[in-house]
Amino acid sequence: MIFQINNLRSLTVLACLIPLVGLVLDIGLDNLGSNPIQALHIRLGDWALRFLWITLAITPIQTITKWRGMTEYRQLFGLYAFFYASLHLLAYIFIDHALMWKMIGIDIIESSYIWFGLLAYIIIFLLAISSPKSAKKRLGKSWKKLHRFIYFAAGAAMIHYFWQLKGNLAEPLFYLILICMLLGFRAMVWFKNRQLSVMMIPKARKLIDESSDD
Amino acid sequence: MIIHTHKNIPSSEITDPLVFKQRRDIIKAMAAIMLTGSSIRSVWAENSKPIWPKIAKSEFSNQDLTSTPSELVKNYTNYYEFSFNKEDSTKLAQNLQIDPWSVEISGEVEKPGTFHLEDILQQLSLEEYIYRFRCVEAWSMVVPWIGFSLRDLLHIVKPLSSAKFVRFTSVYQPDSMPNQGKNAMLAWPYVEGLRIDEATHPLTILATGMYGDKLPKQNGAPLRLVVPWKYGFKSIKAIVKIELLKRPPISSWNKFAPNEYGFYANVNPDVAHPRWSQNSERLLGSGFFTARRQTELFNGYGEQVASLYNDMDLRHFF
Repeated sequence: MIFQINNLRSLTVLACLIPLVGLVLDIGLDNLGSNPIQALHIRLGDWALRFLWITLAITPIQTITKWRGMTEYRQLFGLYAFFYASLHLLAYIFIDHALMWKMIGIDIIESSYIWFGLLAYIIIFLLAISSPKSAKKRLGKSWKKLHRFIYFAAGAAMIHYFWQLKGNLAEPLFYLILICMLLGFRAMVWFKNRQLSVMMIPKARKLIDESSDD
Repeated sequence: MIIHTHKNIPSSEITDPLVFKQRRDIIKAMAAIMLTGSSIRSVWAENSKPIWPKIAKSEFSNQDLTSTPSELVKNYTNYYEFSFNKEDSTKLAQNLQIDPWSVEISGEVEKPGTFHLEDILQQLSLEEYIYRFRCVEAWSMVVPWIGFSLRDLLHIVKPLSSAKFVRFTSVYQPDSMPNQGKNAMLAWPYVEGLRIDEATHPLTILATGMYGDKLPKQNGAPLRLVVPWKYGFKSIKAIVKIELLKRPPISSWNKFAPNEYGFYANVNPDVAHPRWSQNSERLLGSGFFTARRQTELFNGYGEQVASLYNDMDLRHFF
C-alpha cells in the first residue's frame, strides 16, 4: 500500500482527481462525441459546480451530524472547485480559442452568460488564495466576511449555467434546487438562532435587573 | 362483463418482437449465405451501400469545402421532439415512422394537393449540395446534402401572386416523439417559415439524403429543408405540410422566445444572440487547440443572398 487506508484525507484528495482521470481517458478513447472540445469544456464546468456545491454542503452536514473536524474538508473541496474552474477557464482560452485574443475579447463582451462565469471565477480565485492558515490569520475578522462571498459565486455560477442554454433546463434546475436547499438550511438556522436570542434576551435582562436591585 | 371470443395467449408464449426480428434476420442471413455463398459481413455491407454514390453535383454546391465526417453529423442533432440531448436523439429518432410519407401543399397555390414523397422524387432531379451548416449554438459543419431545389417543387403547384410567405410544418407523431407527447418546451408540431423570395432562392433546397445515402432519421428523414445562409433551426426536419400564405407565419422558436429567435435568423457575426456571441463557431471535426472559425455574414453566401435584404436593418430584422 502506497498510502494508509485509514488516512481519510489522502483518500479524499485522490478521489477528487477521479473526474479528471476519467476525462483524460475519455479524450484518449475518443469518447467525447461529435464536439469533443465542447464536451470537455462542459465536463470541467460541471465538476467545478459540483465541488462548489459539495463545499457548501459541509456546514449543513456538520450541523446535522454534529461531527466536528470537517472544516479542513470544506477547504479541500473548495480548492478542488477552484482547480476544476481553473481548468474550465484554461480549456476555454487554450483548447477552444487557441489563444486568439481578439476572438476571446469579442466573445466575452457579447456573451452575458460568460460575465457571470468570470464573476464566479474571480470570487473563487480570491477565496482560494486566501484559504491558507497564514492568510486567514492575517485577514482576521474580515476573512469570514470575504469567504461569505462564496454565496455570490454560487449564484453567479447558477446564472452562468442557465443563460448558456437554449432549452433543456432540467439539469441546471436540479442544481438550483440543491443550492436552494443548502442555502435554505442556513436561513433556517439563522432564523432559529435569532428567535432563540429574542426569547433569551428579556429573561437575561430581567435577571440582571433583579440582581442590580440588591 | 368481458366476453372472451378467443383463447387468451399467455404472455410467456408471445415472442418478444425484438427476438422475433433477430430470428428473422438470422434466417435471412443464413438464406443469403446459402444462396450466394457470401459471408454475413458482406450481407450487411450490401445493406449499407449508398443509394446515390455518384450523384450529379449542383452548380450551387461548395465543391471546395471538405465535408465533415458523416459519423459526427449523424450523432449530433438538435431534434427536440425526441430529446434535448443531441446523442440521445440519434437513438430515439429510429422510432419515427416514415414509410409511407406524403406532403400536403396548400394555401395560395393554383394546384393544391397531397403528394406521395416517391412521386415528388420521381418528378424532380436529385443533386448533391455541399453546404455549410451553422447552428445558432455557435457550432458548424459541412454537409453534402442530396435533394432538389424547393423552387422546382413549388413550380409544380403554381403559387399565386398572393403567396408572400411559406409555412413548413413537421410531423406530429407523439407516440414516437416523446417530447411531443409531454408537450415539452416548444408548441408542437414544429413550424418554420420563409419569405417567398427566400423559399424560391436557388440555394434553398429540400433534402432527402446526405453522404450519398438516404437521410438518417435523426437528420430529418425523409424530407427536410436546408437554408444554408440561416441558422440551423430554420432548416425544419420531417416535413409533412407546406403552405403558401399571404401573411408571415410564426415559427416555433419565435413563439417560444421572440426576443432571442427572430423570423429571419440569418447567420450574422455582428448580431449577437441576447446571451451569447455569434462572432465565431466551432467547426465539428477540428482538433483541440485549433482556432474557432470566424463566422461569416450570411454564412458565406452573401454574394448570392445579400440582395434579398437590401435596405433592411439586419439588427432589427434578426
